[in-house]
Amino acid sequence: MAHFDFQMPVTEEQARKLRVNDTVTLNGTLYGIRDATHIHMFDRGRKTRFDLRGHALIHTAPNVRWAGESEAHPTGYAPICIGTTTSDRMERFTRPLMQEYGARIIIGKGGLREGSAAAFRELGGVYLAVIGGAAALETTWIEQIEDVDLDDLNPESLWKFRVKGFGPLLVSMDSHGGSLYTEVNAQARAKRAAALASLGVKND
Amino acid sequence: MKIDLNQVEEAAKELYIRALKILPPDIKEGFKRLDRGETNATGKAILGTMIKNIQVAEDTNNLLCQDTGIPIYNVTIGASIEVDGYQLKQAIVKGCERATREHPLRSSVVHPVTRKNEHTSCGRQIPVIHIDFAREADTLAIEMIPKGSGSENNSWLKMAVPADGVDAIKTFVVDCVLDAGGKTCPPTIVGVGVGGTADLCVHLSKIAATRTLGSRCDDPEGAKLEEQLTRAVNQLGVGPQGLGGDSTAFAVHVEVAATHITMNPVAVNMQCHSARRARATFTPKGVTYGF
Repeated sequence: MAHFDFQMPVTEEQARKLRVNDTVTLNGTLYGIRDATHIHMFDRGRKTRFDLRGHALIHTAPNVRWAGESEAHPTGYAPICIGTTTSDRMERFTRPLMQEYGARIIIGKGGLREGSAAAFRELGGVYLAVIGGAAALETTWIEQIEDVDLDDLNPESLWKFRVKGFGPLLVSMDSHGGSLYTEVNAQARAKRAAALASLGVKND
Repeated sequence: MKIDLNQVEEAAKELYIRALKILPPDIKEGFKRLDRGETNATGKAILGTMIKNIQVAEDTNNLLCQDTGIPIYNVTIGASIEVDGYQLKQAIVKGCERATREHPLRSSVVHPVTRKNEHTSCGRQIPVIHIDFAREADTLAIEMIPKGSGSENNSWLKMAVPADGVDAIKTFVVDCVLDAGGKTCPPTIVGVGVGGTADLCVHLSKIAATRTLGSRCDDPEGAKLEEQLTRAVNQLGVGPQGLGGDSTAFAVHVEVAATHITMNPVAVNMQCHSARRARATFTPKGVTYGF
């Protein structure tokens, strides 16, 4: 279990060095992406002007306030509360994000499935767990909304955040086939029979 | 007592914002209890972060979670309350819209087909407004629940048959908790509806999921199930965020309704650890806010 401080973007080698149970803190650029953003980018043929190569994308749709464009708020948006959504719904987009855009890190909560695990293994990427529902804390790690694309989808725009000390985040899926979700799930399912027996359930 | 609809609009606005920022005391107490009993190091660290977040939200006057949810308002009207029910609902919708625009809050509500977001947190049939009546004469209460989607997306109904017995109910709850894994943002409150019609059963599961921690089902069979199921699901080791540990659920809550001789329905709805709710109570002395 090691800790890594990443200045974004990162290389494949840096991503591959990570193992489950390591922790990572990000600095610099972090992109925010959500259901509708993915759907428009991969099902409806829209493209982003952002260069996502080597970057991290967090599953989010933030609460923002229109503050007017200024040096502090180059897009006009000021962050109010930025947190994380359940990743599972966006499972099928991990591979195209990595293959077509060169993304290296997905950040979310609740984990991803086998398709994403395979993409991480083949293309060199990781999934980092942030604590869902801890958005007030997460917001304190965000310095600025630097840019925004596909903003007609607001709040599900493609957001470019500048972050400082974003973490520690737990490596919960790595590029070596490790997944804490698969592990915990298998262990939990192995306890199913005992749990049902404790409830007096017969003939399951 | 005659109700001032401007006060209702103001309360509907205030309640949405309060609910998003301050976690009820029973949930805070629930966190302390789980933290004391958690033996898994990852689980313990995650609970610590969640507890810290509750404090940060209060210190920075910020939302606990980014998910502003689907707004639900539960209205309870006392016997001697005078109010135009139609206008009451309009006032709640207006207050909900104002909270979204004036705070501002992320509107998480879209049309289900066009996916268009009106940026008001409102839409057809939304906010969800439930009206009920109470014996207390001079009280009107409005409870506001911003229901997060991570937990709501994990909702289930099974129309089991009488021959499957109560074993079907127990097995179903355990399997739902296993299927949910970390997606519902555990530790959760697992709400279970038992009996009724299909729609009533699902509704009961929501009432159960959003009930105060420490409260018990007032049907003795339901209360027994709550106790047994709480113990059983916490044996599974799903843990906080589905990353392992003892704290899978704060509790399993059960609500019971009578059902048909041919039916044995069971529904599960979950509330995430950001188990937010707020309440405004209107009495002749004025409006007070609590949980």
